[in-house]
Amino acid sequence: MGNIQVDLITALPELIVLFMAMLILLTGLFAKNKIIIYALAQFTLFAAAFITVDTHTPAVGYAFTGMFVDDTLSDVLKLMILLGTAVMFVYTRQYMQLRNMFRGEYYALVLFAVLGMMIMVSGQSMLTIYMGLELLSLCLYSLVALDRDNAKSSEAAMKYFVLGALASGMLLYGMSMIYGMTGSLNLADISSALQEANTKNPVLILGLVFIVAGLAFKFGAVPFQMWVPDVYQGAPTSITLLISSVPKFAAFAIAIRLLAQGLQPMVADWQDMLLMMAVLSIAIGNLTAIAQTNLKRMLAYSAISHIGFLLFGLMSGSLNGYASSMFYISAYVLMTLAGFGMILLLSRKGFEAENLDDLKGLFQRSPWTAFLMLVTMFSMAGVPPTIGFYAKFTVLQAALQAGYIWAVVFAVLMTIVGAFYYLRIVKLMYFDAPLDNARISAPIDMKFILSLNAITLLLLGLMPQTLMNICAAAIARSLQ
Amino acid sequence: MLLTHILSVSIWLPILAGVVVLLFGSDSKASFTRWFALASSLAAFFATLPLYTKYNFSKGAFQFEEAAQWIPSFNINYHLGVDGIAVPLILLTSFTTLIVVIASWEVITKHIAQYMAAFLIMSGLMIGVFSALDGILYYVFWETMLIPMFLVIGIWGGENRVYATIKFFLYTLLGSLLMLVAFIYLFQKTGSFEVLDFYQLPLTLNEQILIFMAFFMAFAVKIPMWPVHTWLPDAHVEAPTGGSVVLAAIMLKLGGYSFLRFAMPIAPDAAHYLSGFMITLSLIAIVYIALVALVQKDMKKLIAYSSISHMGFVTLGFFIFSQLGLEGAIIQMISHGFISAAMFLCVGVLYDRMHSRQIADYGGVVNTMPVFAAFAVLFAMANSGLPGTSGFVGEFMVILAAVKFNFWVAFLAATTLIFGAAYTLWMVKRVFYGEVANPKVAALKDLSRREFLILALLASMVLGVGVYPKLITDFTHVSATQWLGHMAISKIPMAGL
Repeated sequence: MGNIQVDLITALPELIVLFMAMLILLTGLFAKNKIIIYALAQFTLFAAAFITVDTHTPAVGYAFTGMFVDDTLSDVLKLMILLGTAVMFVYTRQYMQLRNMFRGEYYALVLFAVLGMMIMVSGQSMLTIYMGLELLSLCLYSLVALDRDNAKSSEAAMKYFVLGALASGMLLYGMSMIYGMTGSLNLADISSALQEANTKNPVLILGLVFIVAGLAFKFGAVPFQMWVPDVYQGAPTSITLLISSVPKFAAFAIAIRLLAQGLQPMVADWQDMLLMMAVLSIAIGNLTAIAQTNLKRMLAYSAISHIGFLLFGLMSGSLNGYASSMFYISAYVLMTLAGFGMILLLSRKGFEAENLDDLKGLFQRSPWTAFLMLVTMFSMAGVPPTIGFYAKFTVLQAALQAGYIWAVVFAVLMTIVGAFYYLRIVKLMYFDAPLDNARISAPIDMKFILSLNAITLLLLGLMPQTLMNICAAAIARSLQ
Repeated sequence: MLLTHILSVSIWLPILAGVVVLLFGSDSKASFTRWFALASSLAAFFATLPLYTKYNFSKGAFQFEEAAQWIPSFNINYHLGVDGIAVPLILLTSFTTLIVVIASWEVITKHIAQYMAAFLIMSGLMIGVFSALDGILYYVFWETMLIPMFLVIGIWGGENRVYATIKFFLYTLLGSLLMLVAFIYLFQKTGSFEVLDFYQLPLTLNEQILIFMAFFMAFAVKIPMWPVHTWLPDAHVEAPTGGSVVLAAIMLKLGGYSFLRFAMPIAPDAAHYLSGFMITLSLIAIVYIALVALVQKDMKKLIAYSSISHMGFVTLGFFIFSQLGLEGAIIQMISHGFISAAMFLCVGVLYDRMHSRQIADYGGVVNTMPVFAAFAVLFAMANSGLPGTSGFVGEFMVILAAVKFNFWVAFLAATTLIFGAAYTLWMVKRVFYGEVANPKVAALKDLSRREFLILALLASMVLGVGVYPKLITDFTHVSATQWLGHMAISKIPMAGL
């Protein structure tokens, strides 16, 4: 430790993203043809991804006096974040061009957000985690308001900012209490200090409550879900796609770092909190989604219920449970990329395909697109042979193993409610007559990646073992 | 290679053919699409035939087994195998698919490729359900099957199709998910999803009852048993003819088969403990639903209720726990597969000409369609249990077994011979006999060669099984004996051991 060269090499992917984000910001001012910026951004992501894979070792490495960790979990999650963002860039290019938002700031801000996520994923100290989180959040707030003249976007950004700042405050407050009681910011030190401390100490419990509340806000779990529908609906769809997808990896990572690494000795306390949030998220997310007519808003509530399922895995408090959560979040991000990608595909200049009715008769307009959306919807509903089924299967299995049988039965019953609104989308696409017959025009690369994305949901549904192994290995190697 | 993987070929051949139809077929290439679908359903039917010719009748254990690792981290295996209960049902499935493809030849004119593909894929999935010996593999087939059926009813169905198909999907999903929880619970106990491991697992009576009820939710909806039957009349009425045929002929049997494969052998003590309850539900289905059928004005609805009533015999036969009752129930499943398929096809024949399913719109059809009327009367007789047809054999065996079990149970079950005849023959009388009701009926054309072919095929099966039920009992006999042997041994762990 203390060797600056080792530190820098360990954090090389982050440094690349940082450097390139600044470069893009500069290039954006001068470049006439903005496609250069797009190419640079994609290059950045792939370069960072390549280095992440290339420098991967099964061992755990530390940098910056133990504040930054490079383990399998962080490598896998970083890789998923980088690739997810690359896919998102493909989906949003045309959308942003048509809406005059295809600018350097967009790519720079997203890359800074990616940097924030990467720091969160590698955070081994509460300070690092908080820094990463703030970097991510600040970028997201401004991205939501990227469409300056749109009143709805501005309102959403304001809401997001006020509530997000509050949540960050809570998280920080909780962290300070834990720091006060354990005398350390480093998660490993906190864990060993807590092993000897009395975990029934009210200050510790209070600190834990604040941390869990902060996390719940970032996840968008009930009762901290209020921002989710408004922000999802108000933000430009491309930004909704971003918010709903890769940051969930980062949120998952800090949940693992804080709860499963740092506060593991208090597992019995946070399990109960997560249980309540999980059950409420599944119930409120699914029940409210039924009443929505706006597709983005519906997917927002669907996201809340998915987060509930994710928490089922986390609250099991076992390696198996964490791995199932990680599998769930990977599946969820794949599904949500496909879902919002579809909205982007159907949108045109001056037209947002964001109402449920815009999907009417898609089967007759474009059977292939309808089929892709069908796969995505059944995957979200958790019907085999899609990955969504195994995602639900693994978390329910973990929760059942931990003894939460009635919570599992409840979640299963709520899945039926969920199935209804996903089926409604299939119904609109397949059983109704189209409202407009405009041709679906999208760049070929977007069509290809979107098809690949949806087909992956199906293929992983037939062969889920590889992804399961990756998740299990990442968790097992990083949390011993 | 092919002979050692008969089950895999039977499952995947139609599914792959379905994908090919989906990719290359279209309305503009209607003729290619139809012929390709016919050729593949024929090939799929022949692929299942070795199950019949190569089956070892003296063995009770699972045959044609195939096992491979699938998802090792949960010890989920691709494990297939069939016994004498599954083989006849698999043959029924591939046969019915062939019939459906022929039956929809000229009837379906929109989205032909998708229609044919849906039925081919469904056929593979249903065979998968009948042959899976791993809980999750079974579950995946069972659930996936819902998707094509959901689309078939929703795209090609009648006016109220959206309501019917969503109701169908949600009802079935509700039951299945509880079954999934039961599977995971069993997995915690045994460490695998192997059905054969589940069979050996000792469970307390309370556990068994909960597990049985979870399975019951899934299978009772599918069969369907009273009072969770209400999705069926809706689904049947709205589904296109092919959809109704597959629903009645095979999908309902999946529920019955699954009782035998999962719910009862995994929780035998609970099955005995709850047999009174199950018999009561079966009798309500037999008697009450038959009365409901009597007052129906829509032909499809009448046949749908008749199906529920006939399936009551199946569950009744299961829960009497006797060789005769069990074999009778299995024959009843097969026979009902042929008869209900034929009845729905008959309604389809009329509907294609008149676009009405209302009994009141018909009358005197025999005058204009004599050949068709002959077939329809034969199937109606079979439906009401005339000796010499397959409908008689199963019902008679179950009633006979019930007499030994309890006279009043048998008495109530036997009323179906009256009610069944009443509602079926009364419908036949109103539709086929009497004066020609209106000019539209007078203008009806008799069967085309294609329609004649499918009805003749079904008629020969109905008569064949009716005259020579040994065709099926050869399969079921050893397996049924073994099944009853398993059911007779309690799985409750002994206290103090």
